[in-house]
Amino acid sequence: MTRKSPMTSTLRVVTRRTFAAGASAAGLLAGTAPFGILRAQSGPLKVGVLLPRSGAQAGIGQDCQRGVELAPAIFKELGLPELAIMNADTETNVEVARARAEKLISDGAQLLVGAFDSGQTTAIAQVAEQKGVPLVINIAAAPPITEQGYKFVFRNFPTAPMILSDAFANQKELFESTGVAPKSVVFMHVNDTYGTSMQQGISGVMPKFNMPYKIVEQIAYDPTARDLSVEVAKAKATGAEALLMVSRLNDAILITRELVKQRWTPQAVLSMGPGWYEDQYLKTLAKLSDGPMSFVPWYDPNKKLSKVLEAALAKAYPDINLNTNHIFTFEALLVAADAYKRARSTDPKALADAIRTTNITDNVSIGPGIQFDAKGQNDKLKNAAIQNRGGKLVTVAPKAASNAKPELPMSAYDRRG
Amino acid sequence: MAATIYLNVAVSGVLTGLVYGLMALGLSVIFGVVRVVNFAHGEMMTIAMYLAIVLFAGFGLDPLVMLVPIAGVLFALGYVMQAGLINPFINRPEHSQFILLVAVALIIVNVLLIVFGPDARNVQTSYSYDSFLVGPLIVDATKVYAAAASLLVAGALFVFFRFAPVGKAIRACADNYTGALVVGLDVKRLYALTFGVGAACVGAAGVMLVLLFDVTPALGPALTLLAFIIVITGGLGSMPGALIGGVLIGLTEAMAGLLFTPSAKSMFSFGLLVLVLLFRPQGILGKRLSW
Repeated sequence: MTRKSPMTSTLRVVTRRTFAAGASAAGLLAGTAPFGILRAQSGPLKVGVLLPRSGAQAGIGQDCQRGVELAPAIFKELGLPELAIMNADTETNVEVARARAEKLISDGAQLLVGAFDSGQTTAIAQVAEQKGVPLVINIAAAPPITEQGYKFVFRNFPTAPMILSDAFANQKELFESTGVAPKSVVFMHVNDTYGTSMQQGISGVMPKFNMPYKIVEQIAYDPTARDLSVEVAKAKATGAEALLMVSRLNDAILITRELVKQRWTPQAVLSMGPGWYEDQYLKTLAKLSDGPMSFVPWYDPNKKLSKVLEAALAKAYPDINLNTNHIFTFEALLVAADAYKRARSTDPKALADAIRTTNITDNVSIGPGIQFDAKGQNDKLKNAAIQNRGGKLVTVAPKAASNAKPELPMSAYDRRG
Repeated sequence: MAATIYLNVAVSGVLTGLVYGLMALGLSVIFGVVRVVNFAHGEMMTIAMYLAIVLFAGFGLDPLVMLVPIAGVLFALGYVMQAGLINPFINRPEHSQFILLVAVALIIVNVLLIVFGPDARNVQTSYSYDSFLVGPLIVDATKVYAAAASLLVAGALFVFFRFAPVGKAIRACADNYTGALVVGLDVKRLYALTFGVGAACVGAAGVMLVLLFDVTPALGPALTLLAFIIVITGGLGSMPGALIGGVLIGLTEAMAGLLFTPSAKSMFSFGLLVLVLLFRPQGILGKRLSW
């Protein structure tokens, strides 16, 4: 009687045919693993943060980055899991934004955050949806982004119509409280995705508010323009009392310079976008930066987390005011960390499901908190009116979230010393 | 709309156009003599702009005061570039020259990015916000200073090429390369001088433009393109043509912004370029070439 050794037995079983079959099966499993296996929470969540860190929007992109830098220490205090941040630069370019999103995902990003600009965010959202990786938008207001039926795209930022509605409501409140209301305005706006969305939204939203002014002229301009003297000359020539603005940072600075050079101080500069409250605007123009009012998504200074974030920013950057860029970039990461904590997994679908059921009430922005509707939009956000005063930003409306009284009309540029 | 607005905008366009013209003059001089198209033109200009910013921020030196020293630095840079880098490419195919200068442009942009970062920078002089009231017109003071300096530099350049022995020798090289060699001119050195003079023009224009525009490293390619539009419109190789082209483009962009829509300003300058290429391919003051 002969006995087969286990080794002999094994060798006899593993033929070339079975080896090939086994290898194929292993390959198939490896190939399909990313789609089927739930990955348990182990280590930090890899979050790709896409921002315009260079190009025309570099100043704002780098400002958003401050919100990213402040997050880890605060999250630790809140008992939220650690995030591994993977930074990417969109170069203020839609195509670069798309390519960087793809690269981040191929490099292992499990969730994306970004990208300040509607055009760039639209491109990133397409990639995120296609790859099935959640995207939490920090700042981007073009309505179509959350109207596409996307399952992996979430926005904790108001849409253009939401911004406009709140802006007009806050403006009326300010006009009533100061007794000063312009009768005519020129609407100047950038001709990018955000500016165009706002321009299209105005015609639908403004009639509902019975505003005291009428728009006498609309002037669209390139956000990367080097010289805006013609635009300002054209606006001044209309004889309008105030400026209604949708701008970016560099153009806001250029326009202010032209207002001074062309010796025109409008009764009010009413901005419904970035630029006029940015730190770089305040520092570059010093006394000339005082006066403009921005009607923007903002923070509730009375909320606990707002105070924490404000203190953290003051410690890290003593000369910089807390603003929209920091707030909503921080909150986008807050959504990511909160979802990761609840999902207990890095699986994209589990993360997306967790984000969908977000209910954060201890937050920073104005409104009841962070929740998303079926489209992935936080529709409960409220905006504020802020005014530049002595290099600082004060909240002047709504009254419930204000910390200063509005000053209208603006003081003349040529009397500021 | 009152008539004064048209006049205001036209004056502003002409003043800006004069600075554009000086910028394009450098490109035209280099091409007219060396027959090399400087694809790093705008990028060299941003070097001058950053130099002006550094000197202003560090030492409080007014850009207009630093115009000559910065033009001198750019002259040296241009001379070294031509002598050390471009002269070996003079007899090589045009695509080699093109690639070389595009590479130089990319290097300049990225070095500036590394050194200064992507943020827009500017200088805030005591007259940054000044304007002159001339009857009903409000004229930007910095544009007036910049345009006046442009005219001075352009005038000096015309005098140099018409009356200075070196200027005449450079013109001789431009007119007849072989003839210049035959009469014993050091053509390579004259080419280097020419590139230096062109770069000095760019430096002077950059110093003036920094009074008007914010600068970022990414501004270079846009300025290169603008310089090309101007010299092609004015006539490649023609010095007066470059100035006239600059004024035309400045005026066209300004009036298009006023009469149509500001966001389409560039469309009109490109439209003008297309018209010139269609009906006067050699440019407004350019010489007709036999192909």
